[in-house]
Amino acid sequence: MLSALEKQILIDLWHKLIPVAEDIGSEALYRMFTTFPKTKTYFGHLDLSHGSGHLRSLGKKIVVAIAEGTTHISTPLFTSSLGYLSRYHAYQLRIHPTNFKLFNHCMLVTLACHLGGDFSAIEHAATDKYLSAYSAVLAEKFR
Amino acid sequence: MVSWSQSERSAIADLWDKINVDEIGPQSLARVLIVYPWTQRYFGKFGNLNSVAAILGNPKVTAHGKVVLNALDNAVKNLDNIKETYSKLSQLHCEILSVDPDNFRLFADCLTIVIANKFGAAFTPEIQATWQKFLAVVVAAMSSRYF
Repeated sequence: MLSALEKQILIDLWHKLIPVAEDIGSEALYRMFTTFPKTKTYFGHLDLSHGSGHLRSLGKKIVVAIAEGTTHISTPLFTSSLGYLSRYHAYQLRIHPTNFKLFNHCMLVTLACHLGGDFSAIEHAATDKYLSAYSAVLAEKFR
Repeated sequence: MVSWSQSERSAIADLWDKINVDEIGPQSLARVLIVYPWTQRYFGKFGNLNSVAAILGNPKVTAHGKVVLNALDNAVKNLDNIKETYSKLSQLHCEILSVDPDNFRLFADCLTIVIANKFGAAFTPEIQATWQKFLAVVVAAMSSRYF
């Protein structure tokens, strides 16, 4: 569970990232494809080169969605507000949920690179908890 | 048997050269204890781990973080024989310390994030990929003598 303090940390941190959503999101994806090449199997139809238009547009969507989700942390709306994304991942994309963990890790690495001193152990812990809660919702319709 | 290209060998050696183990080791262990609190079960003799500040200021966490990262030097120096290098250490963690080996992966992940935090853009995706391949081999070696 995330405390009120952690929730505020996450709202501030992720809303600060919205203006650079394309950079952050595409870098996290590119780090995932480079470090865990098997994750590329789901994206054969996209140009996965560093900074490609596809990565920037997908990366932006992901970061904006994660940022918007922070508003509903620890409220009943959290799960329901992600209903569309949850159905989309379970029924259309059908991504093995273990890949969400790989993405989360690469997002943490990207944030650590970009935020420097603003990504201390406290921000790290809050983000790790939040991303794992977020991906649990994305995976919950699988079974 | 893992094979390493020349560029992987130099990427690992170059990164390791820049790492101050006495700084990165304690930070990494502290983050493991903060982000994954169940890992505190192994450190009952470390005293106060009740808050982020207590963990970051705990001298035993600092000391042990240095020990762990110093031990990683053995893998850097024995890239072609990592499994054998950690055979005894793996056995110790299994038989004496009873540490769930999945926690080695959590330490590796926190170490990578602390390094990213320290080096920023210089920790490129390509260096990250090689570094995590290296850590995956270390984690497998540390888990190799379990039962």
